Amino acid sequence: MSDTIVPGRWARFRDSYLLYSFKRDLIAQVSLVIFALLIFAAVFAPWLAPANPYDLAQIDILASELPPFWIDGADPAYLMGTDAQGRDLLSTILYGARVSLIIGFGAVLMQAVIGVSFGLMAGYLGGRVDAFLMRLADIQLSFSTLMVAIIVGALVKAIFGGATFSEYAVPLLVLIIGLAEWPQYARTVRASVLAERSKEYVDAARVMGLKSRRIMFRHILPNTLSPIFVISTVQVANAIISEAALSFLGLGMPETHPSLGSLIKSGFDYIQSGSWWITLIPGAVLVILVLVINLLGDWLRDVLNPRLYKG
Amino acid sequence: MIAFLIKRLFHAFLVMFVISVISFAIQDNLGDPIQQMVGQSVPESERAELREELGLNDPFFVQYLRFAKNAAQFDFGYSYIFNEPTTEVIMRHLPATLELVAATTLLIVLLSVPIGVYSAIKPRAWLSRAFMGVSIVGISIPVFLTAIVLIQLFAIGVEVTPFPVDTAWGAWLNDLLSTDGGMPAYGRGNPVNVFGTWDTNFSSLEGLTYLVLPAISLASIMLPLFIRLIRAEMLEVLQSEYVKFARAKGISLRRIYFVHALKNTMLPVITVGGVQIGTLVAYTILTETVFQWPGMGLMFLDAIERSDIPLIVTYLMIVGLIFVITNTLVDLIYGLVNPTVKLTGKPA
Repeated sequence: MSDTIVPGRWARFRDSYLLYSFKRDLIAQVSLVIFALLIFAAVFAPWLAPANPYDLAQIDILASELPPFWIDGADPAYLMGTDAQGRDLLSTILYGARVSLIIGFGAVLMQAVIGVSFGLMAGYLGGRVDAFLMRLADIQLSFSTLMVAIIVGALVKAIFGGATFSEYAVPLLVLIIGLAEWPQYARTVRASVLAERSKEYVDAARVMGLKSRRIMFRHILPNTLSPIFVISTVQVANAIISEAALSFLGLGMPETHPSLGSLIKSGFDYIQSGSWWITLIPGAVLVILVLVINLLGDWLRDVLNPRLYKG
Repeated sequence: MIAFLIKRLFHAFLVMFVISVISFAIQDNLGDPIQQMVGQSVPESERAELREELGLNDPFFVQYLRFAKNAAQFDFGYSYIFNEPTTEVIMRHLPATLELVAATTLLIVLLSVPIGVYSAIKPRAWLSRAFMGVSIVGISIPVFLTAIVLIQLFAIGVEVTPFPVDTAWGAWLNDLLSTDGGMPAYGRGNPVNVFGTWDTNFSSLEGLTYLVLPAISLASIMLPLFIRLIRAEMLEVLQSEYVKFARAKGISLRRIYFVHALKNTMLPVITVGGVQIGTLVAYTILTETVFQWPGMGLMFLDAIERSDIPLIVTYLMIVGLIFVITNTLVDLIYGLVNPTVKLTGKPA
C-alpha cells in the first residue's frame, strides 16, 4: 500500500484551475447556464412543448401566422405565435433546436473520428501518408468547409433523390458536415502528435515492441486531448451553422421535420407580408445557441492554453 | 525562387486534376446526356446506337481524357435548362457575383483596417472592447440571418412604440428607434450594360443602392475575422524590438503605427485574406439566395434544384480554377514579400 493519499476525482476537480477560472468568469457562467437550459429544453421537448409539430392532427391551418403574445391579435394558446401552416412556433422551435443539436453533435463526432484518425496517422507515420492526407486537407480547406458541405450536399441529394434524402436527412447531414469539416481536427491532432512523437515515452513504447496502432491511440492520443477539446466546442457551433445554412439552401432538413435552419427558411417567405416572427424568433434562438457555445469555447481556450493571449 | 515557383505550379495543376476527376466522375455517374437529347418515344436500339456514337461506352479513362481536353478549351457542353453552352451561362452570371464580391471586399478593407489598428493601439479603451464584443456576436450570426434582419430593418421597415406616442419626446424617441425601410432588397434593379455580357451596378447611384444590403450582409461574416486578425497581428508587432527601438529614437507615434507597424501587420493578413476568398464565394451562394441576386451562386442552386449536371460541373471547375489561381498567387506574393518563408520547402 502506498502512503500518499490519492485525492478522488471530485476533490481533484474542486481544486482544479478549470473550476477556479470558471468561478471568476461571469460570461462563461452565464453562457453555461443558457447552454444548459437550451439543451434541457431540446432534450425534453416532447414533454415541454405545448404541441407536437410532427402530428398533423394537431395543426390548425385557420390559426396560421398568429403573432407572438406581446403583439395585438395574439392567441394566448400560442405563446410565440404560429407559422404559416398553423404550427405552434414555440413547439416547432423546441423540436427544431433538438434536430439542430443532434446534427451538430453528431457531425462533430463524425469529424472527430475521421479527423483524429487521419491526424494521428499523418503525424505518427509521416512520409507519403502525411503528405497525401495533409494535401487533401489543404485542398478541402482552400475550398472552405461551407463550400465543400454545399457541394457534397448537392451531390448526395442528386444521388439519393429528394424524397429519400428527406427521409434520411439527419444521418446524411451528419455525414455531409463530417466529411466537409474533418481537416480542422486532422491538422490540430497532427500538430500535437508531431510535438509528442519525439518524446521519450513514445521511444520507450516503441522499444518495448508495441504496435504502431497501440502507440498512436493509447499513448499519444491521450496527450493531445486538450487541443481537441478546445476545437470541439467551436466545431459544434460551426456544425450547427453549417446545418442551418444547408437547410436554408434547401439541402438540409425538410419542412415537415424542421431544424432551426429550415424554420428560418420557411419563415423567410412570409417576411414581406409582415409575419417577421416566423423567421426571426428561430433565428434568434439559433444565434443565442451558437453564441453561448462560442463564448464557452473562448473561455475553454484561454484556460487550457494560457500561452494564447485573449483575442 | 524558380524551384518554389515550379513546385507551386505543380501543386496547382495537381489540385485542378483532382477537381476535374471529381467533376468528371459526377458527370459520368449522374448525367445521362441521351435522356436529355432524345424524347421518350425513341426506341432503345437507337439510344444504344447514339450512345456508341457519342463514345459513352468507352472506358472511364478514355472518356476522362476527352472531358479534360474539352475542359482545357472551356467547353463543358450544353446546359439542360438554358439550352446553350454552360460557359456562356456562367459568363452571363459572373459579373453580378464579381461586383458583389468587389463591393464587399471594399467594405471589409475600409472598415477592418482602421478598427483593427485602433483596438490594437488602445486595447483597453471601451470602444475597442465594444468592437471585440460585437465581433464575437458577429461570428455567431449566420450570414443569411444577417441578411434577413437587414431586409426587415431597411427594406420593410420597423415601427416600434415603446414610448408614449402622444408626447413630443415620446414620438421623437419612437421615431429614432423605428426604421423607414424602402431599400431595395431583391435583384439588381436595372444594371447598365458596359460591354459584352457585363452589366454593372456601379455606374449609377440607383444601381449602387441595390448593392448596399447584399454587400453589408456578405461583409458582416468576414469583418469580425479580419478585425480580430489585424488586431492580434498588430498587438504582436507592437511588442517587437524594432518598434521599441523606433519609439526610443523618438519617431512620432503616428509614423510608428501607420508606417512601421502596419506594413508588417498586413503581411499575414494578406495571406489569410487570399485564402478567405474561397469562403467568400461559398457565402455568396447564401447571400444571393436571400437577395435573389442573379449571380453564379443563385445559378448554381438553381442548377442543383433542376439537376442540370453540365452546369453544376462547369460551376465546380470554374470556381475551383478561381480558388487555385488566387491561392497560388497569394503563396507566390507571400514568398516574394517575405524572404524568411521556406522557398524550396526543404525540411528544416
